[in-house]
Amino acid sequence: MTAYIIRRLLATIPVMVVVAIFVFLLLHLTPGDPAAVIAGDDATPEAVDGIRTKLGLDQPIHVQFGIYAANLLRGDLGTSIFSNLPVLTLVKQRLEPTLVLAASTLVMAVLLAIPMGVLAAWKARTFIDRLVMGFSVLGFAVPGFLVGYLLIYVFAIELKWLPVQGYRPLSQGIDQTARSIILPALALSMAYMALIARMTRASMLDVLSQDYIRTAKAKGVATLIVLLRHALKNAAVPIVTVIGIGLTLLISGVVITETVFNIPGLGRLTVDAILKRDYPIIQGLIILFAGAKVLVNLLIDISYVFFDPRIRY
Amino acid sequence: MTIATLDVTMVLPARSRWWDWTRRNPTIVIGCVILMFFFVVALIAPLLAGDPLGFDPLNRLKGPSADFWFGTDQFGRDVYNRVIYGTRVSLIVGVSVALVATAFGVVVGVLCGYYRRVDDIVMRVMDGLMAIPAILLAIALITLMKASLLIVIVAIAIPEIPRVVRVVRSVVLTVRGLPYIEAAVAAGTRNLVIIGRHILPNTVAPLVVQATYVCASAILTEAGLSFLGAGTPPEVPSWGNVISSGRTYFQLSPWIIFFPGLMLAIAVLAINLVGDGLRDSLDPRIARRM
Repeated sequence: MTAYIIRRLLATIPVMVVVAIFVFLLLHLTPGDPAAVIAGDDATPEAVDGIRTKLGLDQPIHVQFGIYAANLLRGDLGTSIFSNLPVLTLVKQRLEPTLVLAASTLVMAVLLAIPMGVLAAWKARTFIDRLVMGFSVLGFAVPGFLVGYLLIYVFAIELKWLPVQGYRPLSQGIDQTARSIILPALALSMAYMALIARMTRASMLDVLSQDYIRTAKAKGVATLIVLLRHALKNAAVPIVTVIGIGLTLLISGVVITETVFNIPGLGRLTVDAILKRDYPIIQGLIILFAGAKVLVNLLIDISYVFFDPRIRY
Repeated sequence: MTIATLDVTMVLPARSRWWDWTRRNPTIVIGCVILMFFFVVALIAPLLAGDPLGFDPLNRLKGPSADFWFGTDQFGRDVYNRVIYGTRVSLIVGVSVALVATAFGVVVGVLCGYYRRVDDIVMRVMDGLMAIPAILLAIALITLMKASLLIVIVAIAIPEIPRVVRVVRSVVLTVRGLPYIEAAVAAGTRNLVIIGRHILPNTVAPLVVQATYVCASAILTEAGLSFLGAGTPPEVPSWGNVISSGRTYFQLSPWIIFFPGLMLAIAVLAINLVGDGLRDSLDPRIARRM
């Protein structure tokens, strides 16, 4: 087990190396002069030169890569062109809202979608099943920002139950944070719920047709216990996988949802960086998000062992 | 019983057989009908709608009415005209990304599956590419280059390639071990012929399914990128750009976002229906479960 975890940890290294090299090459392989593009259309030649020096583009490519790699290894993700602050500092300032949003979305999606999937599998081919499947087909198609704006329109503008936009930090009290995060988390979790509900249903259907389920029913075990203890536990591996896959998909959704709801998190940092063409920030965020994705995949692989003791490494 | 059904099918005229197929695959048919509608709209956009760029300062932020079916935006541009023309952009992006990603994916996937030495290196690169969230990769590419429709298509296609590669590679790996390939090798068939005639046909079915999903996800990504201000240039009327322009005025005039958003959802839904239907009819093993 320990050996497996170590091996799996080591396997993440080449992936991250590829990501780092790719992000570096992106700046150099793109046609045209990146310094000129970043500086914008009406920049003076001096401004373009300034950006070129700041990004180190005036040095030979192997020197640039050496500096870049050494900085990365020391945990230095680069420096913003415009604010001159280290990317890591900017990330730390914006981390809380994004983490709160992602965590709320994860909890909300899992708590709502798994019961939906279990119910659909239990009542397979009934109206309830069709309803859940219909929801999951819709959830994939309707873009997150449309859901977001619809939710704002109904719950904030018409019903006035929740704030329209913005984020209240945890330091202002958890109830305030909760009120400001419900709608964004709901909007973000729509596609995620569709994914989890669909997989829960499929996996449960497989397990529910097994002989030991019929035995348990025949023994007179309560339906709820059959569903949860006998079936759901054995159906867990694909569900956990899809929860993990969904979590990595959330990253793209976060950027859009934060823009819709005006939440000052990492997504906003990304969007602000796009508008100012602050490439070092985007570069740093890519490495950070890719790292998060690799970490989630690692945790999923390790979690299999706990859900299914038959899996041995 | 089987023989009886078979006889009936043979006697039935062509139209009934078509109807029978339709009834067994309702999702594909519904999806295709909706998609046809969008393609026709895109083709005859100039006949259906007026100038998508025309300013009309007297009619700013007007709600939906007989004159302006979908309302107007902050410059008085007719949202209906812009949404109709936006159909073109979204379909072009969706179809082109699906084609580009599939073409590259097939080449790389076959090379990886067939030549083991290429596999180790290329799959590491693919793993790295897959670790980068698609939208961020596209954002980075677009930040470094001047925004244009072509750049958007390339930027969305690159992160989709690894997904296609994985599908193709797994098929190639499975087929490669089968006796008939061994027989072809033993008969002295050239590698190119083995790949082209004996391996590639096996990838068609999963590729078609994958391509529909790539197409749907590309349309959503383009809308998302344009919404964030990193997509097609603002003067191009894409659904994402229309939605993006309605962002600031959303509380006042929600229709600017609502109508293009609705079109987007219907188009993606239709593509997904076709994809799900194809997947189910091509792979009955999954159909039973999903």
